[in-house]
Amino acid sequence: MTAVLQRMGASTLAVLATLGRATLFFLRVLLGVGEMLRRPGLLLREIYSVGVLTLVIILVSGLFVGMVLGLQGYYTLVDFGAEQSLGVLVALSLTRELGPVVTALLFAGRAGSALTAEIGLMKATEQLSGMEMMAVDPERRICAPRLFAALISLPLLAMIFTLLGIIGAYLVGTAMLGIDGGSFWSQMQAQVSFVDDVLNGLIKSVLFGLAAGWIAVFNGYDCLPTSHGVSRATTRTVVVTSLVVLGLDFVLTALMFD
Amino acid sequence: MEITVGAFVAAGLAALFVLAMQVSNITAFQRADGYNVYAYFQNVGGLRERAPVNLGGVQIGRVEAITLDAARFEARVTLNIDRQFNDLPSDTAASIRTSGLLGEQYVSLEPGGMPDSLAEGDEITLTRSALVLEDIVGQFLYNQSAGGED
Amino acid sequence: MVGRSIAGESGTIPHLTGLMPCRILAALFSQPPGKQSERMSPSQSSVDENPLIDIRGLVFSRGGRRLFDGIDLSVRRGEVVAIMGPSGTGKTTLLRLIGGQLRAQSGEVRVAGESVGDLRRRALYRLRRRMGVLFQSGALFTDMTCFDNVAFPLREHTDLPETLIRSIVLMKLQAVGLRGARDLYPAELSGGMARRVSLARALALDPELMLYDEPFAGQDPISMGALMQVIRQLNDALGLTSIIVSHDVDETLSIADRAYVISEGQVVESGTPEALRSSQSDWVKQFIQALPDGPVPFHYRAPSMADDLGMGRS
Repeated sequence: MTAVLQRMGASTLAVLATLGRATLFFLRVLLGVGEMLRRPGLLLREIYSVGVLTLVIILVSGLFVGMVLGLQGYYTLVDFGAEQSLGVLVALSLTRELGPVVTALLFAGRAGSALTAEIGLMKATEQLSGMEMMAVDPERRICAPRLFAALISLPLLAMIFTLLGIIGAYLVGTAMLGIDGGSFWSQMQAQVSFVDDVLNGLIKSVLFGLAAGWIAVFNGYDCLPTSHGVSRATTRTVVVTSLVVLGLDFVLTALMFD
Repeated sequence: MEITVGAFVAAGLAALFVLAMQVSNITAFQRADGYNVYAYFQNVGGLRERAPVNLGGVQIGRVEAITLDAARFEARVTLNIDRQFNDLPSDTAASIRTSGLLGEQYVSLEPGGMPDSLAEGDEITLTRSALVLEDIVGQFLYNQSAGGED
Repeated sequence: MVGRSIAGESGTIPHLTGLMPCRILAALFSQPPGKQSERMSPSQSSVDENPLIDIRGLVFSRGGRRLFDGIDLSVRRGEVVAIMGPSGTGKTTLLRLIGGQLRAQSGEVRVAGESVGDLRRRALYRLRRRMGVLFQSGALFTDMTCFDNVAFPLREHTDLPETLIRSIVLMKLQAVGLRGARDLYPAELSGGMARRVSLARALALDPELMLYDEPFAGQDPISMGALMQVIRQLNDALGLTSIIVSHDVDETLSIADRAYVISEGQVVESGTPEALRSSQSDWVKQFIQALPDGPVPFHYRAPSMADDLGMGRS
């Protein structure tokens, strides 16, 4: 019994310690902002590998998610004779929830895991340590550009995802289901608010980007410098990012849309 | 690489722009541009904030706020009318309608004939509340049963 | 043409004096100004009272194991000092303590008069610019070519124009005999070549202190010999101070001015290579002559074999 309690206490303390390290790490990385702005080339390269290379999966999934939403939404709405509201249904689901959330989940799998593995391997091969001895702070040189690249890329990806989804639903609705294109757009415009829906979705995706970047970079930086440690950190990045994004989404939804 | 990143950022911003202009109604930003008038309804039914305000089927404003007037026990609806429609007659009537049987509810205005026009802070006195489906159905059933006894 | 020049250089020791001008150039362009002029000139008169590295009563333990238990060690300017000991005595840890990546539990590590453990981040990074470290694994950046690896510290710490960086990098690569490998990625290099590129990178900023972590491990005999000469000649030609951590006794002793032998967290013996070779201590004799029998334990600390196998219990 005491052994169980002891183990529970120890793991609680370990979680708290990790949280503390992550917070301190985040603050130190924030201090690297100035240096990063002085050298935008570093940030640019990371936006390329984090954002641009994630674009394909975002484009394809956005289109398909939108098409599925269009189909399913149509079958539900047509029972009430409200199929002209399909645009509203799709646009609201995408701007408020699916756009930011699905993009963040895909991002964790595609870019977050790659970030963790890259930084973890750099640690395992002493590259980070070598950099430190060359008087270059890896937290600023390596971690800061990657975290901010995630922060910048995720909202852009979410917007692209959302738009592609709406286009997908429009294509399915007009080409397959015979919905009038004009009322699809006009009803959507009447019902979707820029501030309440689009802007709130954007805020969500910025916060998700921060969380995804932070978790991915920290897990790589904090991992055990062995092949097993790197693989575990990579898995943990995907799992933790997904859970944090979903939890955060609930809280934000409760705050934003009363 | 710089060009690709530039194109990526541009695409993201363009998507946001399209979402703002095409998908949503950016007029929410321009609320200050209109003027507010008030209307009291006994029952607003399913009317919600940001619902359209139409005149002759054309949208000329939005529902800004819905509150309960504690003294009159009536719903006080603030209508924000676009500035370009600033000479609505003062005896304009407001009614809450439904687009289609199950569509959203909106406020419909019918202009009167008075020479002076509505201005900021004025009240629309002629109002007709929302049709509440339960009431209609209940009335119909009552009439039916009353008719049956006759 | 290219092939000829590579073949022509592979066996020879390059001209190290050719490296001298780039220090002056780097000093001219270095940013912020005045950083380079801070370096201690080796011409200081009281060399003995003011060693470059001075370690006093160093205690460090990790994971419940006491790696160092009161070590005293000092390195004068211009010396090549070897630190030797069997595997697992924490020699690499000692280098990390000197570089400020680890902090001692007690005792003091002073480098150029500054106590490394007490330095603030900024001062520590300034101090590290004056050190070059050759890691055992090389620690090259795998996503950059050899050229970019060597150019990395220059690009990070100076505002030199690209043409000048190119000249410096090629000179440094020439010094380790790998100018022809500039466009290769670390994955395309052998372990020994990677170590030499790493050496060129460590030298890029013209450090005054070089730390070598097992430089001879895994080198073939020819490049080992070349590397030994490079280390010694660099030290003398550029006026460096070098610390070599190694367990390759013969190679290390042949180029070191002085050596420390560490075991069980203590300095067992120190002095010139000759003194060590003629040491009367059984322990040092066994270590230096690589005898299989003697007081040095081959086994990691463990309960007795009989107990472990369950034969001790009745």
